[in-house]
Amino acid sequence: MDKANERASGLLGRLSGFMRSCLFKVLCMGPIPTHFSFIMDGNRRYAKKMDMGEGAGHRAGFFALVSVLKYCYEVGVKYISVYAFSIDNFKRRPEEVKTIMDLILEKTEGLLEEGSIADQYGVRVYFVGNLKLLSEQVRVAAEKVMEATAHNTRCVLLICIAYTSCDEIVNSVRECCKDKMEEIEDEEGDDGRVVNEHSAIQLVDIEKHMYMGVAPDPDILLRSSGEKRLSNYQLWQTTHCTLYSPTALWPEISLLHVVWGILKFQRSYAYFEKKKKML
Amino acid sequence: MDSKQKVRGFSCSIHQIGNLGLQLLWSLVHLLISIGYFVVAAAAAVESYLISSGLLTRYKVLNISKLKYLAIVIESDDAVQTSKVVQLLRWLEVMGVKRMCLYDAQGVLKKSKASIVKMLDNAVLFEELDEKDLLEKPKCMALEFASMSDGKEGVVKAANLLFAKYMELGNRDGLDDEFFTEAQVGEALRAVGCKGPEPDLLLVYAPVRCHLGFPAWRTRYTEIVHMGSLKSMRLGSLTKAVYKFTRVRQNYGK
Repeated sequence: MDKANERASGLLGRLSGFMRSCLFKVLCMGPIPTHFSFIMDGNRRYAKKMDMGEGAGHRAGFFALVSVLKYCYEVGVKYISVYAFSIDNFKRRPEEVKTIMDLILEKTEGLLEEGSIADQYGVRVYFVGNLKLLSEQVRVAAEKVMEATAHNTRCVLLICIAYTSCDEIVNSVRECCKDKMEEIEDEEGDDGRVVNEHSAIQLVDIEKHMYMGVAPDPDILLRSSGEKRLSNYQLWQTTHCTLYSPTALWPEISLLHVVWGILKFQRSYAYFEKKKKML
Repeated sequence: MDSKQKVRGFSCSIHQIGNLGLQLLWSLVHLLISIGYFVVAAAAAVESYLISSGLLTRYKVLNISKLKYLAIVIESDDAVQTSKVVQLLRWLEVMGVKRMCLYDAQGVLKKSKASIVKMLDNAVLFEELDEKDLLEKPKCMALEFASMSDGKEGVVKAANLLFAKYMELGNRDGLDDEFFTEAQVGEALRAVGCKGPEPDLLLVYAPVRCHLGFPAWRTRYTEIVHMGSLKSMRLGSLTKAVYKFTRVRQNYGK
């Protein structure tokens, strides 16, 4: 009986994979977003809705994330970014923060294992944000994953952790000022006089120092649970980005939402291409 | 050799026919989506009529005190329609919204700000208000006009201002962390003219739901609602958007 069930579910899996592949072949007749960004909102509400314990919503959310990553990489999206933990989230109850950090640590270490999604899809992983705010354990694990996946070139995953756009802008301004200060100190003569007038900070300098500077701007941003705000996420990068807010909670996000997001992107593609040419 | 070429040619033709079939399917999917959107737009038009005629009673009472500052993003190509913009502002004034920022990426609205303010009976420019006016309950409509130059370029100007101050303080340990804070960057932005507060709600009158470069520093927790194009603006849809905003509850990350 068990073997029959196993065979049936294997067959079902292969059939759904085949149908998904056909669907993606149709989708690929139009432009595919280079960068798809996600705000994974609604894990706690999902846990409450399903009468689950604390942290269970985030675990369910992790499985949804893995599925979404697979769908995106299969259809040809090269960059995916996810809002894993905001600096504002540190204001939550310490027990909840610890639960989430423990889950992040567990799943980060999981990325180093053979057969992980990073391995399977050749994903280079970046942890993006003010990593100094993280515990040493999580920071060290993140750095290990970034180093271990640095040689991967097929796809990129940006995990925004201890991140807010405002902090990103402040950090960028700080780095630009430090660079200009070093430029001046290098140009000073032996007697301390500035030999050449330093150039002003330009937009390209600010963008170079953004945490998200390792990827192109997102083409589409999906925030689950129907909320219509960006909550301090990629505010700088979303000038020409389609914003999409399905009402499903993050653990309920499925292939349908990814496909619908891509279709929305395709509908607005010509408009944004025209806007980008005008810049 | 001939048969190999024939097989290659045949598989090429099959591939082309396959691609054509996929292209047709793709076009059909998008056609169906367009029809769907047309039906939804028609339903929204009917709903808007019912709201503006007062038949849908739940939209009659708006708790407008929650909406302290409203931003309106308009597609630059449509922003030349000054009369439509003024009509929109009059509807908002009747609802009780007094403090607003009008934004379009290319600064078309900035160029027509004088004529827009003139066409409204009781409006002033936001920069004409002083600290006292900002704290008191608004008596007239105060309008701020912004464009892309107040966004990223504003941050660049603020960065240069901060750098000038940083140079004066010289190089000492620990300076970076105390000097470069969100408060300092916010202060520098105000000093270079990017003064407006963070809007509670941002209404987008454009073909796509996108903020089109509205100053990033000011949209941390702003609700962004897509209203469609300016030419299809309706009082009922506007009322519904404001009503839905007043029902939103935010955690601010907590």
